Amino acid sequence: MNWSSAGEFFAMGGYGVYVWGSYGVAAAAMLIDAAYAAARQRRALADARREIDDEREEAVR
Amino acid sequence: MSPSVRSSRLPNPLSNPLRLTTFASPVRFHALTGALLPWLWAVCLLLGAAGLYIGFFVAPTDATQGDSYRIIFIHVPAAWMSMLLYLMMAGWAAIGWAFNARLASMLARAIAPTGAMFTFMALWTGALWGKPTWGTWWVWDARLTSELILLFLYFGYMALVAAIDDPRRADQAGALVAIVGAVNVPIIYFSVKWWNTLHQGATISMTAAPKMASTMLTAMLLMTFAFWAYAFAVVFTRTRAIVLERERHTDWVGALVTRRPGEQR
Repeated sequence: MNWSSAGEFFAMGGYGVYVWGSYGVAAAAMLIDAAYAAARQRRALADARREIDDEREEAVR
Repeated sequence: MSPSVRSSRLPNPLSNPLRLTTFASPVRFHALTGALLPWLWAVCLLLGAAGLYIGFFVAPTDATQGDSYRIIFIHVPAAWMSMLLYLMMAGWAAIGWAFNARLASMLARAIAPTGAMFTFMALWTGALWGKPTWGTWWVWDARLTSELILLFLYFGYMALVAAIDDPRRADQAGALVAIVGAVNVPIIYFSVKWWNTLHQGATISMTAAPKMASTMLTAMLLMTFAFWAYAFAVVFTRTRAIVLERERHTDWVGALVTRRPGEQR
């Protein structure tokens, strides 16, 4: 085990700013990329569904 | 049930005989990747958790760099992904252009943002690692400069395909840029050999024994495979969106979105 306390873990031997600055921004970038892709997928499905509904309404008329 | 202008029955796309081109069909691709996505995310989370655990709790503190070296567990995998995804993007774009394969072009487009994200991650983590070890956030050495050019190549590709209205013409123009830009990838990879750079040499070589402790290597490889699973998951999700956007007027998308709740999508 490398760390004897949580404080020591977060301090990263004095390099906390660099290590957590790297990991934090990397995690945020991955989450944003994944969230945008998922939102685009949902939007594409919703758009396709709306188009079908419009067609149906026209068919009923 | 509700009257439908389109058939709401689809043959199961996965039950057909498999051929090399089976998943070149957007319909089958959509079904296959839909089934794969939960598994890819599970693999990504498991490998990522294992990699972080070993990286932070098992791998020892480095004798010369202290704990700042722990940035390597995401820096090197991100840099590998940035180059690999660019080659994938250029390869699929080329196939889409040469064989007029729509899905290949859609894959190329879907790879670009994730590739750019990993390129940014490599540059960012590199800067935060450079400051404590080299004393500077940035130098214009060959490795760093060529990686920055890679980021601009991704941006250029994305801007170009977004700027042309006709999707297939945009695919072709994008393919040209992607293929020409691929020349940059070997330049990045070999830059530390060809030029005298501040950046250190290759972390892992196929021909030499690893220069790092095996726990460090294990953590780095686990993170690499976690990033792989992540890239597959996000790229597939984005490709599925692009497929739906482009094939919105086809019967199969119509059938897909009018299925009753509870049916497999």
